[in-house]
This record gives sequence, C-alpha cells and structure tokens, in this order.
Amino acid sequence: MTPGGGGPMKDCEYSQISTHSSSPMESPHKKKKIAARRKWEVFPGRNKFFCNGRIMMARQTGVFYLTLVLILVTSGLFFAFDCPYLAVKITPAIPVVGGILFFFVMGTLLRTSFSDPGVLPRATPDEAADLERQIDIANGTSSGGYRPPPRTREVIINGQTVKLKYCFTCKIFRPPRASHCSLCDNCVERFDHHCPWVGNCVGKRNYRFFYMFILSLSFLTVFIFAFVITHVILRSQQTGFLNALKDSPASVLEAVVCFFSVWSIVGLSGFHTYLISSNQTTNEDIKGSWSNKRGKENYNPYSYGNIITNCCAALCGPISPSLIDRRGFIQPDTPQPAAPTNGITMYGATQSQSNMAAATPLLQSEPSLTSEELPLPGKTTLGTPCATLSLGQPTPPSSMPNLTSETVLTDMIPLKEEHDGHQFLTPEEAPSPPGMLSTGSPITHSHTLHVLSLASQDSLHEDSVRGLVKLSSV
Amino acid sequence: MATEKPCLLIEFVVSLEGHNLQELRRSASLATKVFVQRDYSDGTICQFQTKFPPELDSRIERQLFEETVKTLNNFYAEAEKIGGSSYLEGCLACATAYFIFLCMETHYEKVLKKISRYIQEQNEKIFAPRGLLLTDPVERGMRVIEISIYEDRCSSGSASSGSSSSSGSSSGGGGGAGGR
Repeated sequence: MTPGGGGPMKDCEYSQISTHSSSPMESPHKKKKIAARRKWEVFPGRNKFFCNGRIMMARQTGVFYLTLVLILVTSGLFFAFDCPYLAVKITPAIPVVGGILFFFVMGTLLRTSFSDPGVLPRATPDEAADLERQIDIANGTSSGGYRPPPRTREVIINGQTVKLKYCFTCKIFRPPRASHCSLCDNCVERFDHHCPWVGNCVGKRNYRFFYMFILSLSFLTVFIFAFVITHVILRSQQTGFLNALKDSPASVLEAVVCFFSVWSIVGLSGFHTYLISSNQTTNEDIKGSWSNKRGKENYNPYSYGNIITNCCAALCGPISPSLIDRRGFIQPDTPQPAAPTNGITMYGATQSQSNMAAATPLLQSEPSLTSEELPLPGKTTLGTPCATLSLGQPTPPSSMPNLTSETVLTDMIPLKEEHDGHQFLTPEEAPSPPGMLSTGSPITHSHTLHVLSLASQDSLHEDSVRGLVKLSSV
Repeated sequence: MATEKPCLLIEFVVSLEGHNLQELRRSASLATKVFVQRDYSDGTICQFQTKFPPELDSRIERQLFEETVKTLNNFYAEAEKIGGSSYLEGCLACATAYFIFLCMETHYEKVLKKISRYIQEQNEKIFAPRGLLLTDPVERGMRVIEISIYEDRCSSGSASSGSSSSSGSSSGGGGGAGGR
C-alpha cells in the first residue's frame, strides 16, 4: 500500500524523531512497564493514592489522622461512658441519634478526604504546543531569551469581565473559578481551599461533602457537648459535683474537646453557609473578587440571584465525574523512537502525559517549525520554577474583609505558602484548627524537581534536559 | 499520486466498516491536530466554541461541524442541568451519606456515556471518511475537542514534506478529492 516514493521521505522524518525521544532515559524503560500500569501511578500531581487508585489524598495527611482520632476518640468515649447512663436515665433515643450523626460525620469526612476534588488533568504536549503557538501569535513575541509576559485571556461572563490565567505547571488556561493548589500541585476546578484537616483540596467535586461534614460535625459536637453536660449535672445532683467528675472522667475530656471545637466548627459552618448562599468560593471571598469594594459594578456573575437556588445548586447539583481517570490503564503507544518502519501511528487515544511520543511526530511533520517549536517548550519549562512561584497565583490577601469569626481564618491554607507574611495565625492549639503547614524551601525545592520530571516526561531536547538537571542541583 | 488518493479513501471507508478506527490510524499518517477550546461566556458550564477552525476548511463542511459541536453542547447542558431530577438525586445521595454513589451511576455519567456513543457514531459516519477523528473531550479533561487530521500515506510524499498545516494547498488537493 505504501508507495516506494514515500519510503525514503519517511525514513528522514523518523530518524529525526528517534534522536529526540531517546534523550530521556526513563521513557523507553518505562514503556516496557507501562502496559500494565494504571494512570494514578504516573500522576504528575503531588497526591497520594491508595487502594489501587480508588482513594486520592494530598501528600500531607498527618492532620487528617488527627481529625480522625479526635472524632473517633471523643465519640467513642461518649458512647462508652455517657450513653449508658443517659439511655437509662433519659431516653435510648440519645445514643441512636448520636450514632446516626456519627455515621454521617464519618461518611462525609471520608468522602471529602478520599475523593477527587475536581483536578484538571494537565495538557497533553500537543495541546500545550498549540496554546503556545496561539499565545505567541497573540503576543507577537518571538522566542527570545526572556520569559514572555504573564498570559491571560479575558472572557465576559454574565456581564462581568473575568480573567483566565495561564497555568505554567499544567500548561492550560484555567477555567473560571479554577485555581492551582501549590500543595497538591494541581489545578482544581472551583477551588475553594486546601484543607489539611481533611487532607485534601476542597473543590467542585467534594465541596458538598465538605459542607455536609462540617455541618454534621457541628451538630455532633453540640450534641455531645450538651449531653455530656447533662450527664455531669444529673450525676452531680445525686452524688455531688466532684464525685460525678470522678465517676466519669471521660466526660471531662469530651467536654474540653467539644468546647474548643464548637467555636471553630460552628463558625466555619456559618461561614460556608454564607459562601454557599452567595455562590462564592473561599478563594474568591478572601480575594474580594466580587465584593462591592472593588467597584460599584462588581458583582458575582455565578450567583443565581436568590439564596435557595444557590444553595440547591451547590448541594444538590449534578456531580461531574473525575477527569483524571486514576484507575484507567495507560495506553501503550507504538514504540516510536526506534521503529522507523511502523510510522507515526497509534496516536489517538493516549492519555499518558508522561509520553512525549505523541507530540514529536506532530512537531516533526513540520520541519520548518522544528527549530522554533522545541526550544520554546524548553524555555517555558525552564521558566516554570519561577513561574509557579510568582506567576498566575492569587495575590496574598492583606485583610480579611468578610470574616467575622476569627477562628474561621485558621482553617484555610493560602495557595502560596512561600509568602509567609500573610499567613493566618493560629490563636489556639490542637482542638481548634491551627491550619498551618510549614512551608518554604521544601516546597520550592520539590517544585524544581517536579518541573524536572515534567521536563523529562515532555522529552525535550537533550540540552534542555541537561540544563534542568543542573538547575535542580543548585 | 492523484489516482491513488481515491483508492486510499475507499480503504478508509472499508476499514471503518470493520468498525475499527485503529485501522484508520494505521493506514494514514497524522498530519496535525486542531483544538476546539471551551466557551466560558455562559459561566463554568461545559460548552465548546462553535467557531469553525480554518484548518478544517478544506476537509469538512462548516455546517456539519457546527452541528456536531452544537449537539455536544446540548448533551453537556443536559448533563449539568439543575432541575427536579438532579435535586432528587442530590437529596437522596445526601440522605444516605453519599454511600449510594457506591452502587448507583450518576446522571452525569449516564450522559457522558451517551456522548461517547455519539462521538463514536459521528466519527464512523462523518469524520473518518474525511480523514478526521474526533477525540472525546472527557479524555482531554473537558478542556478541548481534539480533532486529528490525517493525511493519506500516498500523498504524504508530496504533502507532509512541504506543508506544515494540513490546510495548505498541497494537502488541500488530497482533502478536496476525498471530502467532496
């Protein structure tokens, strides 16, 4: 079927392809193993996966275990020590209601922590190249030695001008309301905040679970607190206060934990109820994106106008499925580096972003553009460590405009921990959420390493890869 | 060369009747890809731009393409519709502490399956005979509709060596013979 005339022409093309893709040592080696691997194993973000990709969490899960321990221990003590007395003295409905609340809290907590918050998969090399081309045409800049200016696109939504920022890590223009979480190194749709207490980002897909979690936890905390107090009071009516405390020491512990938790959890629930009713994210609220202070014409274009619809949309709207397909198998591509005979085929369905195999044939088929195309991505990636630190990120807030409850602040992790100055301070200790993670150099370092792995996966020119290796060793 | 193009296109159609689009990929070489981006003018709902990409000018009729994109947009609107049935699903899920999602498929997932069937069908009937291939947006994170443009191998000697984009005049001849 192939005419003889096409043969030598094809050989020329393929020999060019082979030099580029042989440069990253990992990809041919990986290809042999790739056939059996699932996509979560090569996921580029900083996430942890369990149960063969079914469970997805952030990298730092220590605080999540603390949350779990606090809830389990407090509830366990309540059921073990207070409920027997109360069930007999007052009504057996108390442990039943407590049990239902506890079940609900655990279910929603695990759902929030284990599900995909709405991570946007990174752009395939072709998409990234296409976007780069469009941006360069728009900017009118050639591939100079400097990093091009920040890239934004403007779109008018419901009468408001919204700026879409370009994410240098994910190589996409972020959809409206999406944001890049620097802790998880992912762009997340409708990004609310990164919650260390649930060990995950809170975004479009798990916001309702998060809200139901804090709401039910508020009820559970108030419930336990109220009935522990009741228990102690009832006992002290019989045996005196100090004896009552001696008889059920667990009640003291529970009361202390609940007392400190109530303020923060109830405050947080109230705050999120406000956010839901105005259809804003924590991120937007902190930045004051839609506040009147920015201008009289500034309003929230996503709000449906009335509170009921906003609430229903946030809590009962459809849940979009996960876009990252963690448990899918990586499609093996044709071994394009060393197989000139096979050709640039089997291209279509690959999703493996660790595979630059897909892009090089495309780029190579445009020989006139080769010299321009490849160094460009290299330069972009070289710029990425700086870019992720300084570009395309929300400006740190200097004030807390809408928050009345000070304890509410402590739950939110800002997106850029590198700026220590604006971090929320922790008023108290363990029971109320401190919400701080140590930041700074570990993350910047891992940014660089992460960029490195991206670069090798992108299978850039050999020199670019060597350059990045030198960069990481600094 | 010109005489070989019709025979290749017939091979395209023949291979598709074996419902194997892989054969299309094997028998043709990929020339370029076009990306149809998301249209955010109505907010965050999933919609794609219906603007006709210039690279497809010689390959497919404008109206066919726009109709495909509009149908896809309608499917996505149906998936994301907030109304009685979605409220019911949401409340039921909430009442069961979301454990029901372990056994039940959401409305959105059902519509996504419909969409992938539709795209498969469109590929077989409309796009592949013209040497194009649509990729389901869900495989690209719902960011783009990726349209792969394939060149015939016979014409690749003349087309791919010189032309960068497939809408160049050299490939226009190949596309023209096939598309009309």
